[in-house]
Parts: sequence; C-alpha cells; structure tokens
Amino acid sequence: MVPKADFDSYYGRPVLNEPTWRAADIAGYLFLGGLAGASSTLAAAAELTGRPRLARAAKVGALGALGGSLYALIHDLGRPERFVNMLRVFKVTSPMSVGTWILTAYGPHAGAAAATGVTGLFPGLGRAATVGAGVVGPAVATYTAALICDTAVPVWHEAYREMPFLFAGSAAASAGGLGLLAAPLSEAGPARRAALAGAAVEVAAAARMERRLGPLAEPLKRSGLLRLGEALSLAGALAGATVGRRSRVAAMAAGAALLAGSACTRFGIFQAGMESANDPKHTVQPQRRRLARARAERDLT
Amino acid sequence: MAFDLDERLDEGRRVGFFTDTSICIGCKACEVACKEWNHVPDDGLNFTGWSYDNTVKLSADTWRHVAFVEQRKPLGHQEPGVGDLDFRWLMASDVCKHCTHAACLDVCPTGSLFRTEFGTVVVQEDVCNGCGYCVPACPFGVIGKRETSGTAAKCTMCYDRLGAGEEPACAKTCPTDSIQFGDLDELRERAERRLEQVRAAGAASARLYGHDPDDGVGGTGAFFLLLDEPEVYGLPPDPVVTTRDLPSMWRQAGVAAVALLAGLAATAWRRKR
Repeated sequence: MVPKADFDSYYGRPVLNEPTWRAADIAGYLFLGGLAGASSTLAAAAELTGRPRLARAAKVGALGALGGSLYALIHDLGRPERFVNMLRVFKVTSPMSVGTWILTAYGPHAGAAAATGVTGLFPGLGRAATVGAGVVGPAVATYTAALICDTAVPVWHEAYREMPFLFAGSAAASAGGLGLLAAPLSEAGPARRAALAGAAVEVAAAARMERRLGPLAEPLKRSGLLRLGEALSLAGALAGATVGRRSRVAAMAAGAALLAGSACTRFGIFQAGMESANDPKHTVQPQRRRLARARAERDLT
Repeated sequence: MAFDLDERLDEGRRVGFFTDTSICIGCKACEVACKEWNHVPDDGLNFTGWSYDNTVKLSADTWRHVAFVEQRKPLGHQEPGVGDLDFRWLMASDVCKHCTHAACLDVCPTGSLFRTEFGTVVVQEDVCNGCGYCVPACPFGVIGKRETSGTAAKCTMCYDRLGAGEEPACAKTCPTDSIQFGDLDELRERAERRLEQVRAAGAASARLYGHDPDDGVGGTGAFFLLLDEPEVYGLPPDPVVTTRDLPSMWRQAGVAAVALLAGLAATAWRRKR
C-alpha cells in the first residue's frame, strides 16, 4: 500500500499554481518602480524648494530605475514582443492594466524631467515634466501593492490593507537613500527626512501586517530577507539623520544601506508570497477558519 | 467583472460540466481525449510513486486531471472485499471551473481571456503576451503558462466543439458518464437528485462542490459531486475571487499614494538644509 496520505491536502501538493513571475524581474520591479516613483516626487519637491542638485540626482535616478523597471517587466513576459497588447484595453479590474497606463503617463514625464534637468534645455518644459512626474510618481510606487495583492496567493492577498503603506514607506526610504548617496550635504535635508519617515512607516506596516495575519504570517516572520531589509532601512535612516548630516562618506554609506534595505524588503515580500502559494496549509487553513466562522455566525442568528 | 458581484450570467444559455466523482473509475480516458482533441503538449512522463496519479495537477499542459485518493474508510454500504479492512478509493476528474466571477478573466491585462457566448472562459492564444497574471489569480490552481509558447493555457470546454453543437471531448469519451455536459441549470437539478441518491446509499459525506451561485466565485460552470472534503482532492474549501477585495485594495493604494505625495512634499517644506 502507498504511504498514508495527508487528508488535509492532496498528497501535500499545493492547491494553487506557483506564480510564474521570476524574482529578479518582478521583485526587482517592485523595488525599482518604488524607487522611480518616490524619486520623481522627491525631485519635484526639491526643485520647487530651490535644491537643484538633489532634484537633478533624483530625476536621473528615477529615469534609471524606470528603465530597469521596463526591462524587467518586458523580460518577464512569455512573449515580450507582444507587450504592446497591454495597450489594447483599459481594465480597472486588472492592476496590471491600470499599472501599464500609469507607467505610460509617467514614463514620458520622468524622461523629459531627467533630460531637461541634465542638459538645462527647455527649463519651462522641464519644470512642467518634473511636476507631472512628481504627481504620478506615488501611483507608480503604490499600485504595485494592489498588483500582487490581487491574486489568490494567501500572504499577498490577505495583507492587502498594509501592503500599499509598506510599499510607500519602502519607496520613500529608497528615494531618500538615493538622495543621500548622490546629493551634496547642503541639499540632502529632504532625502534624510524621507528616509527616516519612510523606514518608520515600512517597519510599522510590516509589524502590523504580521500581527493581523496571525498564523498566515509564518512565511513573513521566517523571512531573513525581511528582517535584513528592516535592519538596513532603519540603520541607514538613523545614520543618515545623524552622522550623515556632517560627513559625505557617512551619508553615502547610509544611502547605500537604505537602497539595499528597500530591495531586501521587496524580495522578502515576494519570497514569502511564493512560499505561501506552495504550501497547501496556507490556502486550506484560512479558508477552513472562514467557513467555521461563517457557520458559527449562522448558528448564532 | 467581479466588481459587480451581483452580476449573473445568462443562466439559460450557460453550459457546464457536472462531474459525479462517485462513479469515476479512474480510467483517465478524459485526460487522453482532451490531449488528443486539443493538441495539448506533453506534460512530462513522471512517476510519482504515491498512487496511480502520475498527472499530478492541472496546468497549462494538463486540462483534465484524475485524482486518486486511498482511504481506510467505508464507502456507503459497499463491501470492500479486503477482509475486515474498511477501504475506499476516491477518484475525481478535475477541470477548469469556468467560474461565474473568474479571477483570471478579471486580471488579464490584454483582454486575451474572454467570456464566450456559452458562459465559459477561454484564452485567445494569439493575444496573450504571457504576463502570467492569471496564474496566481486562479484560486483553484488551474491555469498555467506554457513553456513552449510562452502564453497562458487552460481548458476551453472544447470551444470549437461547442460551436459545432458537439459536447466536449472529455464528456463524450467518459465511459461511466461521471463527466456530464449540458445546460447548467439542468445539470444542477440533476446533481441535486443524484446527491439524494448517493446519500440514501449510505455515503453520508457526499456533497456538491461549486454548484452554489452564492459562493465566493459566484458558482462554477464545472461543478462536482464529491465524497469527502474538497481539500482531500486538492480543491480549495472556500475559494474566493480575488477581485472581490480589489475595490478595498485600490482604496488602500490610493490613500497610501496621497500620503506618500504629502509626506515627500513635507520633507522639503523647510527651505534650509
């Protein structure tokens, strides 16, 4: 006779099919998209308050991150030459469709902002593009939370309340990190404050997420990447706000830690979702609990 | 669209499968017929060693999958013929559920997935760009991305055969009529009658799965009579279309975006430093 089967599942097989998304592409995009979006907003804020060098650094960083994002997104497609098929439709039920249109609106603004910022040509156009990219940027940085939460992957789906705030915080921390890395000390004030606030929001959102998810939070709690991400973000933010105010080298180190921290957080969230999709317990048990709760409520009334 | 969860498909014109697993004999003729008719590529010649199931699961290259479960439990009033040992063998042919609220269809960013005139859900292979969003969206683990073509693939309920007035290949070939094809409302009535019959024969654990239009996916176009809990067959006990929560997700993302904009503006508020 065959070994005794586990009757909570079908031979321990996952209920869901594993996402086909590659970590380097999609977790990488979650990081780069956040970096691009928040950097554009930081660039606009810096430009409008007379910090041209911080603004220029953030604009160039945003364009670079956007380029990496587009490469990762197209590279992950099964048929990359058909990426334009995304532009056939606009579907509010598909965060990927909405995201495509957000990027379509954001890309030209971010490109024009960086090009005019570096060359100094067309300052009026540059100012308009900078503000435009800065306004759309936060949407680029947070829609990706809806993108991964709008799946049956247990950890991602159930975490949908905190995920946009975690992503917004992580994006702000990374943009602050880029500012600390590339802007002179005299102009890096907004970057330091963005890093501090972003890291705090990121850590608070993650803590709340883990508490609310209960047993389902296991893949998050087990994730070394998430812990490393939090540690790097907090350390980078604190270093940036203290020694980073006086020493350019310390500011650069803090900026690098912030960027690495944000990337670790995104890869950690991605990895935890994959783990939860591959374990039938994470699909079956929360659904069982939901059914039991519904039954108990029915019995009460 | 799942944003409108009160939406009902035109049930009068909707066709479906009723898979009565109590009479499945595990012959896998449905798997073969499906492969042959739909030119579904090879999904690997694997030996699992856990049961007669070497197909393992539904995927881009497996559109019908027969599950085999062995249990030391009695099956109704049946004599197992293995001495005093209680023993029953559960076999069930799984397939795409063709949900009323189909998450794969909702999240598809190219419009490749569409709802047919028969109420089924079909991928247009020439439109799909292989983004893979439908794969984690499916609460049943049905749809997959095909390695060879790079595009998503799943059961079409033999869309071509339906158009010609034929029944799907799996139902046509099923030797015990475990897989029944027909108008969905008629199948639901038939299933209720069959459930009473099976329960009267002593199988108290028999239940219908996917027949209820008020469940998390609005009922499925392919539903089942099961003899045990759904998860025993690898099915989710309470599937919910992920887009049911999408309005809340958009709201949360919107608030977070506004907070990010305001927060970053605030960091630059002070002119100096």
